[in-house]
Amino acid sequence: MDFIIEEINLFGRIIKFLLPAVPMTLEITLFSFLSAVVLGLLVAIVRTSHIVLFQKTARIYVDVIRGVPLLVQIFFIYFGLGKIFNLSQFPAGVIAISICYSAYLSEIFRAGIEAIPKGQFDASKSLGMNAIQTMRYVILPQAFRIVIPPISNEFIACLKDSSLVSIIGLRELTRAGREFYSQYFVDFETWFIVGFMYFVMVMVISKFIFYIEKKYKIIK
Amino acid sequence: MIKFLCFILTIILSGCTTVENTKILKIGTDATYPPFETVDVTTSKLVGFDIDLMTEICKRLGKEPEFIVVPFDGIISGLKQKKYDAVISAMTITDERKKEVSFSKPYYLAGQSIAVRKADKNIYGIEELKGKKIGVQLGTTGEMQAKSIKNTKVISYDNISAAFIDLENERIDAVINDMATTRAIITKKSDAFKIVGDVFTKEYYGIAVRKKDGELLAMINSALTELEKSGYLKNLKTK
Repeated sequence: MDFIIEEINLFGRIIKFLLPAVPMTLEITLFSFLSAVVLGLLVAIVRTSHIVLFQKTARIYVDVIRGVPLLVQIFFIYFGLGKIFNLSQFPAGVIAISICYSAYLSEIFRAGIEAIPKGQFDASKSLGMNAIQTMRYVILPQAFRIVIPPISNEFIACLKDSSLVSIIGLRELTRAGREFYSQYFVDFETWFIVGFMYFVMVMVISKFIFYIEKKYKIIK
Repeated sequence: MIKFLCFILTIILSGCTTVENTKILKIGTDATYPPFETVDVTTSKLVGFDIDLMTEICKRLGKEPEFIVVPFDGIISGLKQKKYDAVISAMTITDERKKEVSFSKPYYLAGQSIAVRKADKNIYGIEELKGKKIGVQLGTTGEMQAKSIKNTKVISYDNISAAFIDLENERIDAVINDMATTRAIITKKSDAFKIVGDVFTKEYYGIAVRKKDGELLAMINSALTELEKSGYLKNLKTK
């Protein structure tokens, strides 16, 4: 019985220690993902444009970013470029994640844009719309609905990948976990709770995404 | 189908059973800490004071050392989980750690020191660290020391070199770390950093083993005594 009470106490202490680090995890995820969406959309539009030079540049961007592990990108931006930009940990982490995810997201957006039948581009043109108007009023509203499920997937992945910035000393959930267990040496309990906290966050987000998906579903 | 499952299970289980080889002693170390343990850039082999000492101890115990490189903040957990049988990693003997593992007799006297940028004219010792940003390594005694100074912001890094990179890039104002390691780093980059003040703590390094491994501990201790008597330890320190 004593053992159980002790264990419950320990769990309480770990949760109390870890909770203040959760907002940081959410902040990193939100900031990174929002900028990744904007950047990714830009890259996708450039990539689907008719100018060959633009297409090629966007393709090289995606290939390079996708070909390098996120962890290496974090090291590169924080330490590698430290002498030039001297970013502090938060902006460095956010920039690294947004650049990395913008490459993946741009591919998803491209798939969404290319899924719209060619005829709609021609129809918009015949209505006298220019390229920007076509994108803004015809293509993107439809493409967005198509890409909601894969994008939500990426968002969840992004939340979990935010744990990688713990490596540059940013105190988010995973970092707080490492701090706790390096002081009290309780490994199983610490990592169990860290994992559980990520799981809860992902569950809440999934529920929210499910709601959005239902709301914007294209009725066929 | 059942036969197939049995076959798979056998393969999996056979991987789990470790072959008891008393000839090999597995040792955990975080090889990012000059001059005690680092990876030699040209040979990719482990080198340093701790490595030499442990190899010598193993020789006397009639064992083959196998070094396993792990991050320092998980080094005690790994020992308890039997991923290796001993830890030598410039580890200070502290009361908290003693609750988890057994330590050999001390083999090195160390102390914490403060390093700042060469151009710094404000920090002369521990007094001036108040309100400053201090870099340390996660899970070290330097981290505990830094956290005990009031009004400071302590940033814990995975390894101490990262803290020095950030010191050079002016993200932090000082690094609190073991004198010997700080000195080893500074000799490589004497144009960037300097040590201020003297060591402000006295700490002893020990070799850690699991609490139940009293026999191994006794063997390590007697080897250490021998090495002390023969002057090997003294020679190693001046090297």
